[in-house]
Amino acid sequence: MTTFTRRLALTAVAAAAFASLPALAAEKVNLGVSIPAATHSFMGGINYWANQAKKDLEKEHKDLKITIKTAANAPEQANQLQDLSTVTKINALVVFPFESAALTKPVAQVKAKGAYVTVVDRGLTDTSAQDAYVAGDNTAFGKIPAEYIVKQLNGKGNVVALRGIATTLDNERMDAFNAVLKNSPDIKLLDAKYANWNRDDAFKVTQDYLTRFKSIDAIWAADDDMAVGVLKAIEQAKRDDIKIIFGGAGAKGMVKTIMDGKDKRITADVSYSPKFIYDAIKLTAEARLKGEKLPATTIIPSVLITKENAKDFYHPNSPF
Amino acid sequence: MPPEQQTPQPRPEAAAHRSETAPRWTERLHGLGPVIGLVLLCIAGTLLNGDFATVDNAMNVLTRTAFIGIIAVGMCFVIISGGIDLSVGSMAALIAGSVIMFINWAGPASGSPLLAVVMGAVLAVVLGAVFGLAHGLLITKGRIEPFIVTLGTLGIFRAYLTYFADGGALTLDNELSDLYAPVYYASLAGIPVPVWVFVIVAIVGGLILNRTAYGRYVQAIGSNEQVARYAAVDVDRVKILTYVLLGVCVGIATLLYVPRLGSASPTTGLLWELEAIAAVIVGGTALKGGAGSITGTVVGAVLLSVISNILNLTSIISVYLNAAVQGFVIIIVAFLQRGRR
Repeated sequence: MTTFTRRLALTAVAAAAFASLPALAAEKVNLGVSIPAATHSFMGGINYWANQAKKDLEKEHKDLKITIKTAANAPEQANQLQDLSTVTKINALVVFPFESAALTKPVAQVKAKGAYVTVVDRGLTDTSAQDAYVAGDNTAFGKIPAEYIVKQLNGKGNVVALRGIATTLDNERMDAFNAVLKNSPDIKLLDAKYANWNRDDAFKVTQDYLTRFKSIDAIWAADDDMAVGVLKAIEQAKRDDIKIIFGGAGAKGMVKTIMDGKDKRITADVSYSPKFIYDAIKLTAEARLKGEKLPATTIIPSVLITKENAKDFYHPNSPF
Repeated sequence: MPPEQQTPQPRPEAAAHRSETAPRWTERLHGLGPVIGLVLLCIAGTLLNGDFATVDNAMNVLTRTAFIGIIAVGMCFVIISGGIDLSVGSMAALIAGSVIMFINWAGPASGSPLLAVVMGAVLAVVLGAVFGLAHGLLITKGRIEPFIVTLGTLGIFRAYLTYFADGGALTLDNELSDLYAPVYYASLAGIPVPVWVFVIVAIVGGLILNRTAYGRYVQAIGSNEQVARYAAVDVDRVKILTYVLLGVCVGIATLLYVPRLGSASPTTGLLWELEAIAAVIVGGTALKGGAGSITGTVVGAVLLSVISNILNLTSIISVYLNAAVQGFVIIIVAFLQRGRR
């Protein structure tokens, strides 16, 4: 551990020495990346894409050095931000905060020391602590499936939904979903319960939906992991009334199913790829290398994935 | 500690009589607490939604309960002996992941998918026993508090699963998954396999706890370890065995769990340890050890899944309050079965 940090410190010193060489026209970018540890599939994807970005971008740009830190919880992430700032001496930061409120101060401190800060996915409570914000489109994440379901059911049918964990992000998605359904009075949303973005909980909640509702036309699983549990529960109950199962995020298994047309109930998905961390790192690094700034807010659009464009979203090497 | 409260032997006959009869009667009433709670819940469930009282729903609930229930039976032994195991959820996840990787490898390697699945199931139980043995040895020979040992392995097991799964999910190959599926989805005489296994595990657990010398040693150690030692009970061996027993239970639960989704991810088995411990305690076992019952544990486990089942079958309560309802019911049931302190 100590040798590791010492080595980091040495590299930082070396980097600083290089940077002060007058021969180099462009400023060196020492970019820190702080992300949550891979505790579930989506974060596994975030980790994969962050490392992928490091590999690709460091090869491409000689003046770029990327240091990735993963944290298991918010306090650990705060400590790592401090280390990145004081030991690694970063001058740019891409951070995927664990929680909005708890990490606002630590990020603000990094910015106060002169680093350029890009915040990803979860916004900070005080936006002056960031230079740029890159996020997925949670409104589209709820809107696209709702529109698809309405269209496929010709504006008439029974729908049940699963929700993730009670967060602002989950609320945004649900609100957008509801907003679309409001325009189609013949589509009935029977219920929406939390299944914690977890396969097992989705299985149980779906089992109970199937017991409770004798006729369901579409299930909005709202997440590809939860869709796995939904499918198993339907299979067990031997129900054939469900015509559409709509997941979310674009996990590789789900995209493959759409691509191959393996299941007629799964014909579409909405993208919310962990690849946006790759985009955020790339945008930040390239802008800083040129000494430019990013727009204050960049939304990586969520789009409808169907058989036609599925291959663009299929990343077999990613864990997600 | 309870023995210290006894009065120093005046009128031995009367004292003996009172402690023999009066508390027994109240204790029996307290023992019924979880059952009363369950019956009330079931009545409430039926009133709220007629579908609650169907055979299909009952089987769904019991099948779901099987994992936690089987683990809780093992947990009951550990808690009665005065120990605790916080790692069972992570252990189940790691075993599930290991079994999936093993079956995926052994299927093509051995040329017989059936053999691979059977060996995978055996591996689940063996791994459980090995992990349990490691816990037992660290706790008794290593003299580390069970809370700390299992808190440590809680992190270790889950981290290794996450590492093996690369942060994603480990998934059973399709053909092997179909072969394994009946273990969870099939029924014998109209009752799903996991429920049968749960019943068998509970009966065997009850017999071991109440009808064998080993079961009595477990209770003796839990109520007073020093006295048990003086009575020539091999305390270390008995304790190690409780953890092995729990490990085996986790293994059995996992071998039933794997065919359900055919996958394991870092969220598999999250918080199972708390559910299992809650089932044991709601069922009337004292967290400080010494006494407890398998029947209570089984009722406790069923009760916990009935609560969430009823919540899913109705929408009278805001989804934001579901966890609160669970909390209230747990506390009320615990109140009904509160024993002497």
